[in-house]
Amino acid sequence: MTRQTPLHEEHKKAGARLVDFAGWEMPVQYAGIKAEHEAVRTRAGLFDVSHMGEAVFRGPDAEAAVQRLVTRDVSRLETGQAGYAAVCYESGGTVDDVLVYRRADDFLIVVNAANRDKDLAHFRENVSGLDVEVSDESDDWALLALQGPEAAGILQDLTGTDLSGIRYYRFVEDEVDGVPATISRTGYTGEDGFEVFVRPDDAASLWRKLIESGAAPVGLGARDTLRLEAGMCLYGNELDAETTPLEAGIPFAVHLYKQPQFIGQGALLIEDAEGLKKKLVGFEIEGRGIARHGHTVTDGAEIVGQVTSGTLSPTLDRAIGLALVAPEVEDRFTVVIRDRPVPAIEVPLPFYKRDRKRGGSA
Amino acid sequence: MSVPENLQYTRSHEWVRVEDDVATIGITDHAQEELGDVVFVELPEAGATFEAGDSFGAVESVKAVSDLYAPVSGEVVEINSALEDAPEKINDDPYGEGWILKLRASDTGGLLSASDYEKVIEAEE
Repeated sequence: MTRQTPLHEEHKKAGARLVDFAGWEMPVQYAGIKAEHEAVRTRAGLFDVSHMGEAVFRGPDAEAAVQRLVTRDVSRLETGQAGYAAVCYESGGTVDDVLVYRRADDFLIVVNAANRDKDLAHFRENVSGLDVEVSDESDDWALLALQGPEAAGILQDLTGTDLSGIRYYRFVEDEVDGVPATISRTGYTGEDGFEVFVRPDDAASLWRKLIESGAAPVGLGARDTLRLEAGMCLYGNELDAETTPLEAGIPFAVHLYKQPQFIGQGALLIEDAEGLKKKLVGFEIEGRGIARHGHTVTDGAEIVGQVTSGTLSPTLDRAIGLALVAPEVEDRFTVVIRDRPVPAIEVPLPFYKRDRKRGGSA
Repeated sequence: MSVPENLQYTRSHEWVRVEDDVATIGITDHAQEELGDVVFVELPEAGATFEAGDSFGAVESVKAVSDLYAPVSGEVVEINSALEDAPEKINDDPYGEGWILKLRASDTGGLLSASDYEKVIEAEE
């Protein structure tokens, strides 16, 4: 049985093409991926990401529990601050990549939709001995992401909170359009923007307001091209149980020497000392063709890695991708696109970086 | 969605216009709409030969890759090289400027009429 978000009727009315994603019936596109992508880069786009999961940690040992479970040192987070982190197995392989929100009295962890049940089971199995309650509150929240240079202006008209006071990766609990909301300056597009948590019953009216204010509805198709241009990982592509966060190029989410230790810290310390077994690289295709997830990377003779994500970048109009390759691979390699070897060159990440003078102020 | 009466079709959503012994081939309006924004077309060389049902190339949208299948057997006499720089012609004008290639074909039997192809689409939905 596929699940539907509280915005399902809005998607149908907007003419979305709906697909099954991680057990959810989700919009993959409305007007078209290229147009939606451009709307986010140049104006404002609105995403329904209500399928994401929310786990809440409450109790005297909530911080100790989260410290054990995630790679970031959450003792350094202030109330009202969010941090990107990985959740690891003892092996160092990745259970999920998550956002940890430190609220006044508890911690909220936002997890990938596809990993919700797995994560909650992992969380509960690994907090023994601690005085903490772990609740799955995924069904209590709808989540709307408003992203793009015009996002702050659009949202400011609907809230009394001064958005210019919310810095990147900070959040406040207040109201939007007269209903209770958590407003977080975070996103998955490489643009300035907000993620807004509201109660499911309040979601449709807020969605309509934001669309009326000029935001374009954006589906999962453009969500993927936007995050890839921004060089951000997608669990199941760059990250999985066989890939550590160090290999996947997110060491900034790992506090390798934190105390108390997190699950997998020992394995990551060994990997850090001995050297990575594989590394994530960004590349551009130099010939004709588009690299896709699963395509093989070779050095001309031997297989040296795999493409984890690839697309035609709508902003750059070039075929870009991410690949996990052997550590000794140099900056030129070959991607086998549908049995055809095509030259590729490593390029620095991210592929796209916004001009901070343009966006960023409310 | 448009399904011109004067063309013939395949179950894999190609259209065919037969003039003398040359079959001009493209993908249907329905197919381009399902794919979304076409960003790349992989084409064979002129002179290549295909049997009906062979994969002769691919059309890629931002999100997906879709194989192209030869509706009839024959030799490639011309490819639409304009698609290299402007693959979006397949979205904008699938039955006109978005044509993909021309095959010299001796046997053009086994294709669907417009009304039969409409039933194929309906059955999918």
